[in-house]
Amino acid sequence: MSIQETGVQSLKRNKFSEYFQQMRFTFRDPILLVSVLSVLIVVVMFILIPLFTILKESLFHQGKLSLYHYNEIIRLPYNLDVIWNTIKLGLSVSAVGTFIAFIFAYAITYLKIPSKRLFKILSVLPMISPPFVISLAAILLFGRSGLVTRTLLGIRTDIYGFWGLMLTQTLSFFPIGVLMLTNLLQNIDPSVEEASQALGASQWKVFTTVTLPLMIPGIANAALLIFIQSLADFGNAIVIGGNYTTMAVQIYQQGIGSYDMAGATALAVLLLLISMLGFILQHQVIGKKSYVTVTGKAAKDRVLIRNKKATIPVYTFCMAISILVMAMYALVPYGAFVRLWGVDYSLTWRWMKYVFTIGMPYIVDSTILSALSTPIAVILGLVSAFIIVRKTFPGKRLLESSILMAIALPGTVMGLGYVLTYNTPPLILTGGSVILVVALVIRSMPVGTRSAIAALKQIDPSIEEAATVCGASSNKVFTSVTIPLIKPVFFSSLAYAFIRGMTLVSTIIFLVSAKWQMLTVAIMNQVDQGLYGAANAYCLVLIGIVGLVMGAMSLILKKMSIDLGAGY
Amino acid sequence: MNNAAKPVKLKDLTKTFTTATRGEVKAVQQVNIDIQPGEFFTLLGPSGCGKTTLLRMIAGFEMPTSGQILIQDQDVSSKTPDKRDIGMVFQNYALFPHLNVFNNIAYGLKLKKVPKDEIVKRVHIALNMVQMDDFAERVPSQMSGGQQQRVALARALVMEPSVLLFDEPLSNLDAKLRVHMRDEIRRIQKKIGITTVYVTHDQSEAMAVSDKVVILKDGIVQQVDTPQRVYQHPANEFVANFIGKANILDGKIVESTETRAKVEIRGVVFDVPVYKKRAKGTDVRVVVRPESVLVGKQGFTATVTKSVYMGTTQDYRLKFEAWDVEISDNNPTSKRVYDEGEEMAFSFDPDSIHVL
Ligand SMILES: Nc1ncnc2c1ncn2[C@@H]1O[C@H](COP(=O)(O)OP(=O)(O)OP(=O)(O)O)[C@@H](O)[C@H]1O
Ligand SMILES: [Mg+2]
Repeated sequence: MSIQETGVQSLKRNKFSEYFQQMRFTFRDPILLVSVLSVLIVVVMFILIPLFTILKESLFHQGKLSLYHYNEIIRLPYNLDVIWNTIKLGLSVSAVGTFIAFIFAYAITYLKIPSKRLFKILSVLPMISPPFVISLAAILLFGRSGLVTRTLLGIRTDIYGFWGLMLTQTLSFFPIGVLMLTNLLQNIDPSVEEASQALGASQWKVFTTVTLPLMIPGIANAALLIFIQSLADFGNAIVIGGNYTTMAVQIYQQGIGSYDMAGATALAVLLLLISMLGFILQHQVIGKKSYVTVTGKAAKDRVLIRNKKATIPVYTFCMAISILVMAMYALVPYGAFVRLWGVDYSLTWRWMKYVFTIGMPYIVDSTILSALSTPIAVILGLVSAFIIVRKTFPGKRLLESSILMAIALPGTVMGLGYVLTYNTPPLILTGGSVILVVALVIRSMPVGTRSAIAALKQIDPSIEEAATVCGASSNKVFTSVTIPLIKPVFFSSLAYAFIRGMTLVSTIIFLVSAKWQMLTVAIMNQVDQGLYGAANAYCLVLIGIVGLVMGAMSLILKKMSIDLGAGY
Repeated sequence: MNNAAKPVKLKDLTKTFTTATRGEVKAVQQVNIDIQPGEFFTLLGPSGCGKTTLLRMIAGFEMPTSGQILIQDQDVSSKTPDKRDIGMVFQNYALFPHLNVFNNIAYGLKLKKVPKDEIVKRVHIALNMVQMDDFAERVPSQMSGGQQQRVALARALVMEPSVLLFDEPLSNLDAKLRVHMRDEIRRIQKKIGITTVYVTHDQSEAMAVSDKVVILKDGIVQQVDTPQRVYQHPANEFVANFIGKANILDGKIVESTETRAKVEIRGVVFDVPVYKKRAKGTDVRVVVRPESVLVGKQGFTATVTKSVYMGTTQDYRLKFEAWDVEISDNNPTSKRVYDEGEEMAFSFDPDSIHVL
């Protein structure tokens, strides 16, 4: 017995020293040590500690450990309503959004129909636009003084509430599903379906007995993704939610509106838990290795379906949605030049003048902060992906799951976490620009990490090893081999980080100060006050800046012949 | 360039992987090897025997669990691969896909800040060495596997490293090209006289190119020797079977000196060369290569169970008591050919019998 014990002990010690040696071996290279440390510090300080602070605060009341804040939620029917609202909305948006997404994806990959390019572009559009362009347009169309509701129909209904949110969130989030499902559908080997046809299945039967079952993991994945997005959505919810309050909005209103940070924490923890549950489920679905990903890229081109019974209804459906979305996008720039929407449709420069004078600080701050955070987010994203894929070091698993989890973190929860953590000593960051940059970085870096991880896994490590034996130090390998090899991801990360910086609202609304303002917050304030002209003008400027930067970038890229869409 | 060649010494080198699924995997165990300057040294063994692990420890990509690696009597354990002055050629070529051939080869020189005109000169010498002079502007995706591997070789050579490492460089090539490329590698290696460690699981490749071969099994060294000696005097049954075909039979020592012994095999006594004295009556195992079996010579008789014409040889399998005896009879056209089912008389060439 005692001999056994010492045996186990010495084995443990051995393991430890072995581990320690391995670390010393890995970190012979000081640059690697620095990279690992910096990524770890960023993740711990700006993802883990803020979340931990929320959890801690939610469990204390008047200096004592207690479940008071959780009791409050249960005690007040209003809070229960908010939770139910959020879940109900999430489920509805997820169901409808996934359905639309599937039809779009199926149409793009399987059917012989025109306007596919339009559908594809449309499916990326909402991702690169500010979160409330759709909401704003919905108000312009269906609001109290909406074009359709008031001017055309003469009714005074109200879009604010569940149906308005349902509409805007669905239109905002179904495109993510389209992108995902299109990728998956493209990876189904057509010969599997041809085999089914050869066995006597009609096209409809092929769809129901082969394609659909193959897609079930993918569909579940898309549904969860949309569900998570809906939970986290702040921009639409605050603009168009009206009295239909969701958790994301309630956290903000309680924390910032009513100065009851502690009260908001319990709700934040709940929202976090629900999001995490969705995230974990989603990863389990992916983990189940859908049959589709195994076969890899399709070996040959698919014979597209021409059957009019299928193409006509699907095409009509996709076209109708596309026209709706396009109309909405067109409305906002138009509204920027309309004197008073719903009342006086004459054209004016007034709103544009307004945003370029009074609104100028917002524009400048937003652009500067986004431009600052972009390179940081991109470098951190690539470096973190590189060390996760290629190196072994302590805390790697934690690092990887923290970063990936951060993709699913609701922005309001992060905002609350930052305010709670960094407005008290030892480190006070609120009120300054640093915390804003931090927020922008953390909200865009994880997506960059994820796509860089995927890209790096495609690249044989021996290419990097070959560079090493040629005498390249690890940062030289990274800059001269790794980055050039994942150039598409590098540039799309750049674009994504900048757009994300310009359009983010949820997290930063907790962090803006008199000194540093953000464009999105300005838009929100205008909408809040019913000044749609100014809101539209801000949106137009925002879209203009994003468009300018994207244009400049794709010009550079065209010279280098890189596809900006690759990697995302 | 010969003066750059350096000796490599492995001392008690051990590598144990701790895996989640298989527990401790002893990939390399207590390996002691001396590699002379300029030697072409091959690590040979079946899949999973630890060749790659051993090579990657020399390169510095894997950390030895224990033991030392000395290059020119200097322990390199604390050095990262980029500081070890090695060149390496990978199984999958590992060319930089975003650079053309010239820039692939120039990559390391540029890092070293070699002056531009010297880079041009050295890259062209390297390209010439691998006979790829006209390919400088090509990108890797526009070349065949063999061409890519030549470029990979040039990229390693241009740095004039003190040790050159190869990990199964030819296994992605087709059979003909493999033979051609291995001769190329050997030719170039001899010309510049660089210390070379070469991994392969193909024994004929190892025989064709190596000055010395080490045979590994489960991470343990079985034998370190020249190709001829490994073939003619395998250290054990594993080596005998791994290198070429072998008939392994039971025998008994009738009498023995330091250099020769009389060995009785199934009632026939042979006078064979040996390297140590064994006591009379010792049971031994003997190795006889198929081509050392003398067809038609009186000694034993057995039934032919298989007879295959191979062009340069006629191959037989005989049912001889409990064993299958493989025979490879040279130059069959001028000889009698036995059919399946026939009885054959055969014996062994005593000088080619090897006592294990
Ligand atoms: N990173 C690793 N983690 C765990 N086990 C490993 C690792 N690398 C190698 N091994 C194990 O170590 C042993 C030796 O592997 P190695 O790759 O050196 O074999 P090899 O001789 O090169 O084989 P092959 O001819 O197939 O390339 C194998 O059992 C292998 O599974
Ligand atoms: Mg190997």
